Amino acid sequence: MELRFELNGKPVTAEIEAGELLFDVLRRLGCYSVKCGCETTNCGLCTVWVDGKPMLSCSVPAARMENHAVTTMEGLQEEAARFGAFLAKEGAEQCGFCSPGFIMNVLAMEKELCRDGRIPEKEEIREYLAGNLCRCTGYVGQMRAVEKYLRESRG
Amino acid sequence: MITVRNYVKPATVEEAYELNQKRANRVIGGMMWVRMSKGNVGTLIDLSGLGMDKIVEEEEQFRIGCMCTLRQLEQHEGLNSAFAGVFEECTRHIVGVQFRNGATVGGSVFGRFGFSDILTALLALDTSVKLYKRGIVPLAEFVEMERDRDILEEIIVRKDKRRAVYFSERMSSTDFPILACAVSEKDRVYRVSIGARPMRASCIEGTEEEMKDAYRRFSYGSNMRGSSEYREHLAEVLIRRAINALKERDA
Ligand SMILES: Cc1cc2nc3c(=O)[nH]c(=O)nc-3n(C[C@H](O)[C@H](O)[C@H](O)COP(=O)(O)OP(=O)(O)OC[C@H]3O[C@@H](n4cnc5c(N)ncnc54)[C@H](O)[C@@H]3O)c2cc1C
Ligand code: FES
Ligand code: FES
Repeated sequence: MELRFELNGKPVTAEIEAGELLFDVLRRLGCYSVKCGCETTNCGLCTVWVDGKPMLSCSVPAARMENHAVTTMEGLQEEAARFGAFLAKEGAEQCGFCSPGFIMNVLAMEKELCRDGRIPEKEEIREYLAGNLCRCTGYVGQMRAVEKYLRESRG
Repeated sequence: MITVRNYVKPATVEEAYELNQKRANRVIGGMMWVRMSKGNVGTLIDLSGLGMDKIVEEEEQFRIGCMCTLRQLEQHEGLNSAFAGVFEECTRHIVGVQFRNGATVGGSVFGRFGFSDILTALLALDTSVKLYKRGIVPLAEFVEMERDRDILEEIIVRKDKRRAVYFSERMSSTDFPILACAVSEKDRVYRVSIGARPMRASCIEGTEEEMKDAYRRFSYGSNMRGSSEYREHLAEVLIRRAINALKERDA
């Protein structure tokens, strides 16, 4: 079947199978930042935005995206690079595999919680990011990076 | 993984119901659970085109459309102020924000999962479900009903000035609960709902005195998250904490 939707600001038409998941369609369309890290809908690595909200692309039926807008990290290069620099500076990553999903969710959190220059409390940040699992680290470096990033960009 | 032949987004509930009468077909809410199942599906019936994704506050009740996401419940001001944050508390530990932007209340209630936070919380309130064919059924009855091929349209929560509180115990945040506990009180009658026993939630009612050993009136099972003895112990503690929390609010 044919699917028409907006991908990173551009109208796209794709041929999809009836039960296909958004994750597979995005990869086919060349969005290789989107990765699958689990089979249990638990890890957050496949996070993309649907109409601006973070969702797990591994569980979204692609056909449902008709006339909706999907954003992947390919569409947020500048924002991702800006936050990525904070991650690097804090030495937060080890293997880095979890980063694409993590970055997408940090940017979503910034949009949702940091309205009017507000900086969320540590606990609020932790709760928002709890669905992004990292196998290597203890999240301490990531938390430092997020807090510094929010303070500097809101500052 | 499932293999799907067709995808349909019905324009009416009648159409969704008719399609769902065929055993090979499957309704999807958020699809978070369905996508992890196995087998061949004839037609995937997507309920997202029916406008059933709204929470409507009326004078006497809230009507929660089946396609509302768990995140909508978590963030809805009316619901959370009417029931002192119970909806936020019973959703915020479930996997992550991205997950809760997908999973629906309809899928959570229709699934009648043994681990469900949502079912546990809703059972402690005056809740009914509206099914397309069968009509309005109290949630406590629906929980016990055999699974059929009806369509769950909405969840109705009465605004009866009931005060409520919700607690869950988890091995680590975002994991399934080891035990879930919701307690409400109205006119000195307490309603205690215990879920993740690890069986479907159920509830009992009584005075504060009668609730002292309420935990003994539920049955518990063992799984990798905890033994039945541990669950019974948790139930005793969580029920006591919940009743104390409601009384402290009075003071
Ligand atoms: C990894 C993981 C962790 C989870 N952790 C928790 C947790 O800690 N606590 C908790 O409470 N829950 C938890 N859940 C359950 C989750 O919150 C949802 O309840 C579950 O995913 C079902 O919601 P859904 O919208 O995805 O439904 P779907 O997967 O789309 O559907 C579930 C079932 O209900 C049927 N269905 C859906 N909507 C309707 C309708 N309107 N009418 C009739 N039938 C319908 C479907 O056919 C299917 O059989 C977890 C789920 C997963 C996958
Ligand atoms: S791939 Fe793990 S949550 Fe989607
Ligand atoms: S740095 Fe390796 S998974 Fe997060």
